[in-house]
Amino acid sequence: MKTDRMNWFQWSSPQAFYPLAGKLIPWFACVSMVCLAAGLYMGFLVAPTDFQQGDSYRIIFVHVPAAWMSMFLYVVMAGWAAVGLGLKARPSFMMAQAIAPTGALFTFLALFTGAFWGKPTWGAWWVWDARLTSELILLFQYAGVMLLHASIDDLRRADRASAVLALVGVVNVPIIYFSVRWWNTLHQGASISVTAAPKMAATMLAAMGIMALGFWMYSAAVTLLRVRCIILERERHASWVQIERVS
Amino acid sequence: MQWNSLNEFLAMGGYGVYVWPSFGVTALCMIWEVLILRRRHAAARTALNQSVASAGVAL
Repeated sequence: MKTDRMNWFQWSSPQAFYPLAGKLIPWFACVSMVCLAAGLYMGFLVAPTDFQQGDSYRIIFVHVPAAWMSMFLYVVMAGWAAVGLGLKARPSFMMAQAIAPTGALFTFLALFTGAFWGKPTWGAWWVWDARLTSELILLFQYAGVMLLHASIDDLRRADRASAVLALVGVVNVPIIYFSVRWWNTLHQGASISVTAAPKMAATMLAAMGIMALGFWMYSAAVTLLRVRCIILERERHASWVQIERVS
Repeated sequence: MQWNSLNEFLAMGGYGVYVWPSFGVTALCMIWEVLILRRRHAAARTALNQSVASAGVAL
């Protein structure tokens, strides 16, 4: 039966989602690699040295995209968790589970590169500043979502419990984002603001934007790859997996 | 371009010890994530196809 309107619910079965994810991965991967190559070229060879921070500022080209992704992926994970709870759709829970490790990785990288930037600019690897502390809490939240899921044997209960935990924790994301405004932090303010004129040179801004896009597309590719693993592992007894030889 | 030599580029104005570990660890983590996922996917596929094959023999 063919209808004119696209039926979005057709993707709400793992069977339909598995090949779709497989088709999307190469596109996201290609765009990501092009962006990362262009971003590194611009960041190291085109963007000028900062007059205040010297060349240490170039850490911004990995630090800010990683930090953005750490927060963005948490919101997306919580969004999938909400859809999963609302519609009882298994692929939504699978997506939430697939996003968590990549989100945790970018949170770790934001903290790690932040430490390597903090040492030359502030003289300290770590300070218990509101921005750094709330970002560290985000890392624990990702770990909590993954550990809670792993610790419950009944997959349906594990899905629901970790989805609720992910949803409750989303309150920390605005706290991280606005921490530099609400509290007096050592961490500098937002690099980009919708209302204010950019504080950075155009080439620096462009390099950071392209790197962020590269990280975003990377996250999409890796998340879809992980969701394909999760689908195969969880649906291995389902007839569709048994009948079609999966590629 | 502002770099006159490779050494100058690697030194990053004296900040090389901070800049290169930041980029290096980020790159390693991302490559590592892709590699373990590809291995995990291949393992899941192999296990599945084996179970399908053995089920076929049993039938």
